[in-house]
Amino acid sequence: MQFIKTRFNYLFGSTKGLILVAIAMIGIVSAVWGMLSGPMAEMGVREVVIKLLGMDIVQAEREGRIIILYHSIAMAVVAIETYMVTSLLKMKEFYKTAVRVLITVGYILTMVFGMGFAYFGHNWAFHGLYITGLSLIFFAGVLLCVALWPWNLEYHITDTNYSHTKKGVDLERVAFFVTAVTTVISALFGAAPGSYYGHGFETFLAENVIRYPHKSVMEYSVIGHLHIMLALIAIMLTLIIGRWLNFRGAWHKVAMPLMILGCIVLNLGVWGVVTPLEPVAHMIIYVGATPSMMAALFLLIWSWGKFAKEGTAHLAKPTFLQKLGAMVSDPLKFGPTWQMLFMNFTTSGIGIFMAIRLDEIFRMWPAREERIELTGHWHALSAIIATIILMYYGDMLGLKGKVRQIYGWSIIFLSDLALGAVTVFEMKRLFIEEAVQQPLVNGLMYAIDFGLGMLLVLLAVVMIWRLTDLFKPKGRWTEEATHELSEEVAK
Amino acid sequence: MKNRFTLTPSLRGRSPKQSPTRRGDCFVVATLLLAMTLLASCAPVDLNAPIPAFDTGVDSTSWAQVPEGEFFYGQFNKVEFTPTFEIMVTDVTAQQYADFLNAAVADGTLKVDGDSVLGYYPGDEFRGVKHELEIKAGDWQYIPLADPSQRVRNDGTRFTVQEGYENHPMTMVTWFGAWGYCQYYDASLPSEIQWEKAARGTDGRPFPWGWEIQRENANFYSSRDPFEDMSSFGSRTSPVGFYNGKTYDGYVTLDSKSPYGLYDMAGNVWQWVGDVMEGFSDRFMHGGSKDTYDMDLRVWVRNSAPPMYFSPGVGFRCVR
Repeated sequence: MQFIKTRFNYLFGSTKGLILVAIAMIGIVSAVWGMLSGPMAEMGVREVVIKLLGMDIVQAEREGRIIILYHSIAMAVVAIETYMVTSLLKMKEFYKTAVRVLITVGYILTMVFGMGFAYFGHNWAFHGLYITGLSLIFFAGVLLCVALWPWNLEYHITDTNYSHTKKGVDLERVAFFVTAVTTVISALFGAAPGSYYGHGFETFLAENVIRYPHKSVMEYSVIGHLHIMLALIAIMLTLIIGRWLNFRGAWHKVAMPLMILGCIVLNLGVWGVVTPLEPVAHMIIYVGATPSMMAALFLLIWSWGKFAKEGTAHLAKPTFLQKLGAMVSDPLKFGPTWQMLFMNFTTSGIGIFMAIRLDEIFRMWPAREERIELTGHWHALSAIIATIILMYYGDMLGLKGKVRQIYGWSIIFLSDLALGAVTVFEMKRLFIEEAVQQPLVNGLMYAIDFGLGMLLVLLAVVMIWRLTDLFKPKGRWTEEATHELSEEVAK
Repeated sequence: MKNRFTLTPSLRGRSPKQSPTRRGDCFVVATLLLAMTLLASCAPVDLNAPIPAFDTGVDSTSWAQVPEGEFFYGQFNKVEFTPTFEIMVTDVTAQQYADFLNAAVADGTLKVDGDSVLGYYPGDEFRGVKHELEIKAGDWQYIPLADPSQRVRNDGTRFTVQEGYENHPMTMVTWFGAWGYCQYYDASLPSEIQWEKAARGTDGRPFPWGWEIQRENANFYSSRDPFEDMSSFGSRTSPVGFYNGKTYDGYVTLDSKSPYGLYDMAGNVWQWVGDVMEGFSDRFMHGGSKDTYDMDLRVWVRNSAPPMYFSPGVGFRCVR
């Protein structure tokens, strides 16, 4: 009994244990449900999985199933970010515990019963528990906002290395707070249409209605919701990475106000799509996205400079190559900001290019081609978010030496290979005719399947290692049980 | 190992513990794999590769009657009504379209202008809605002639069909070209509602033949039919009515007609429908195609494109 109790306490009572459980849950869902589409479906694996697991796949409900699948994974990612925030930032113990309990119960209910409802017959009790899970996560978000309240004197700072107001309000904490508050509000933009369309399991995927000239408020709400939630998850992760790397100095002082401003304006723009401001909402979104992305760029500039400087501190006059070598010497610390830069190629760049040339190029293609771009670029952003989390998790595990190098560079190389190929796939119509595209498509698919497949294998290896570790009385888990991420922030 | 280490100047001075050769090997293997993938990606595609010829026995000139009445429309089974109408049992074939071109050019309805066949379209009401294209009255392209995917050829005097494609659906045809064909024969393109009723009947099924899909039901992406080669040209069209339960050179098909006896209402080629939505210049297509996954073969799934769009995966049929 003691054996189970100690492990349970680690897995559900410690930051690293909670993160491990959530990553494992996402890994299992990704591995199993990844076999239902794409090349796995082509190879016939889908049919085997459906039969083996006894899934009940109704053709008319595909869109609803996918929405529940997205939410199940997204809620676990939100939970991971919440664990990180509650471990990195100072807050009252009561709030920390309450937020973690609520969000843990919430995402597990969402995932288990949501997937149970969507893929294994319609047990409406499961649907109720799925909604209960989402509601608990929402409430955890509200509590997190209270816990983060930056105007509390306890959280004021005086250290001039960090961005703060004259009165000492920590602007980094304000950025965390604003992101949390806007996330909670933006969740409502999904909850309302979710209830409206979800009743009776009748819903749609945003990419399938994007071209229609007349959309209802509820349809706009869904489109806004999915865009802003992914953007907010990315913004929160940028703040988390900044805190982990101990972002500070002049760049920090400029970046934090930009992050706050960008986040607020971006949200106002997205919320505006359901108001009469809809015609100018996109312009507001661009205005908001720019400072947010600049803040991320400043983090990148600062961190790369820091790695280069610290890595060559022992040299009197380091050359450019030596600085470059020092900058990339630790893939787990270099990787997250590199992935943020790479994201501009796979997501932001594509999005901006599409927006600029929409009528001249993309709307001359069939809607199904546009769907590929739309789904491709937000899947790429989701995958990049996942890789950044995995890199931070690699550091939490205390990976060192060759293992750290292999783990970090594998994540970077495999994901960038796959997502680079996805981007070329999305844009292929710009340079190749439909009739002669098959060899190119095959090559890109090999790259995508190899990259994502090996990434999942790497994750599986880590998970198996962690599972076996749990059976050891003095395993690594015993050291992690009491560690907080704030203790491991870079000096 | 030692030789290779000393032959690599950039690695001189490193400790053997770093096993540069192993790292180098990995790099070489990765580069080779990448190069092979890139080379495979650039392989040329022979668009005129021989295609198996099969007589399906399905008459492409026949029409089926769809009786008046209510039916379940769309993904969520909204009840709609249609009066009685007739619809073609198969897609318009390449041979039928070539015959139409010969007749319509001869009587002056259509004209050949360079690499295009042009025909008149009376235009749409333009409302200036965001992203809406203005479709004015005038001559519009029906089909391109110079495109290598075009199976209907013009030798300056007559239109003929590339051998083997006579009984395949007519593709590389714009919405104008589809609309013009039906008009010429006193018919029209089906509305979305007509098309869907003809495809699924009245019981709400997602596919013309029933509730589930198998590879032998239709021609879709990677369905392993005799016409595809995924290492080269990918998926190609199949003759109309191919999925009728017959066995062709050992390839067994399932009888996949709709409740009213229509073939190819899912897969093979997307089918243009006639609806013109207010403020939206795109035209809709239904049925999925040889290039799409099975999810797009569900009868309610819509695709759309501007009316001047053509593709090797888009065809049509008419109603009257």
